[in-house]
Amino acid sequence: MCDPCGCEDHVHKHEHPHETETGAWKIPVVQKILSANDQAALENREHLAAHNITTINIMSSPGAGKTTLLMATIAALEGTVRVGVIEGDVASQVDAERIATTGAPVVQINTGGGCHLDAPMVHRALHALPLAEIDPLFIENVGNLICPVAFDLGQRYKVALLSVPEGHDKPYKYPAIFEAVDLVVVTKSDLMPYLDFDLDAFRKLMQSLNPKAPVLFLSAQTGEGMADWLGWIVENV
Amino acid sequence: MHELAVTESVLKIAIEHAEQAGAERITAVTLVIGDMSSFVDDSIQFYFDLLTPGTLAEGAQLHFKRIAIQFRCRSCEEEFEPRGMDWTCPKCCALGGTVIAGKEFYIESIVVKSEE
Ligand SMILES: Nc1nc2c(ncn2[C@@H]2O[C@H](COP(=O)(O)OP(=O)(O)OP(=O)(O)O)[C@@H](O)[C@H]2O)c(=O)[nH]1
Ligand SMILES: [Mg+2]
Ligand SMILES: [Zn+2]
Ligand SMILES: [Zn+2]
Repeated sequence: MCDPCGCEDHVHKHEHPHETETGAWKIPVVQKILSANDQAALENREHLAAHNITTINIMSSPGAGKTTLLMATIAALEGTVRVGVIEGDVASQVDAERIATTGAPVVQINTGGGCHLDAPMVHRALHALPLAEIDPLFIENVGNLICPVAFDLGQRYKVALLSVPEGHDKPYKYPAIFEAVDLVVVTKSDLMPYLDFDLDAFRKLMQSLNPKAPVLFLSAQTGEGMADWLGWIVENV
Repeated sequence: MHELAVTESVLKIAIEHAEQAGAERITAVTLVIGDMSSFVDDSIQFYFDLLTPGTLAEGAQLHFKRIAIQFRCRSCEEEFEPRGMDWTCPKCCALGGTVIAGKEFYIESIVVKSEE
């Protein structure tokens, strides 16, 4: 228990036998720095489970097509499941207003400069949603390929979107997100003729980093590949 | 961008442990940060220097232990460090592997003092 002097249980203030010359001693801590967020995420997870809601945290760089895909998804699933949405953005209500046109319940979170959503923000948003009427719940994270992945929100699934214009080499540069997700959706497939995105190379890279995550390929604009995505949702909700 | 909130948690956790131990000062804090986590040393240091005055951790040294990304090859079990866009196993040339290190983000230890 001594590391190096065994003072884990050192609650007394009298002279300490292992003290160094300066009277300092070391305390092993080994605590995750994001443990407070993890705790809040656990509470969200329980709260969502109690309402039988499957929650999907959607992450991507800005403009990869999260909101567009969600709108197409809500339209396609109308009458089968009741989608709810939490929109995360640094500022503005723009994306929530777009989602609201579909009729789905939506809450906008503005992080005010923050580069990711965290579990307490989602907790507050849950109170503003009619949870009894929702399943699944999509959380559109702040557009950012780096930060959101470190913050558990209490979701059931994490999904990364990567749009064709961003290029197939992104897992090399941002391994954390591609390693952590349950599904990857390559978006804007309609742009393939204009760009050199190598889908086979991307699949191979994903297979090498995270073989459990399927890779889907679609365009919310033309509808190509949408059936696979809708199938994945229906299967997992 | 997010290092302010993160540094606040570092400080909170360190102070909790120091108080539990009956210490009056924190003289050092050691963080372990994997290269796959998105946290920047300089930025944490910046906020640490900003937040610590007037707390138990005023003047404390912040130490960083960086952990490189480590793959375990799925074909031959070899453990290796990917280098940039070279993810091939040095032993069998398979691509990538299971990530076995590089995601760390925790406080390893603190050094404390009592002034008597
Ligand atoms: N060609 C094409 N463009 C698309 C597609 N999906 C989205 N876009 C366009 O890409 C741009 C960004 O789309 P959004 O859905 O707003 O992207 P986002 O990921 O929600 O963006 P942020 O919330 O700002 O991070 C818009 O101009 C969309 O019209 C697609 O399938 N094909
Ligand atoms: Mg959006
Ligand atoms: Zn960030
Ligand atoms: Zn190998």
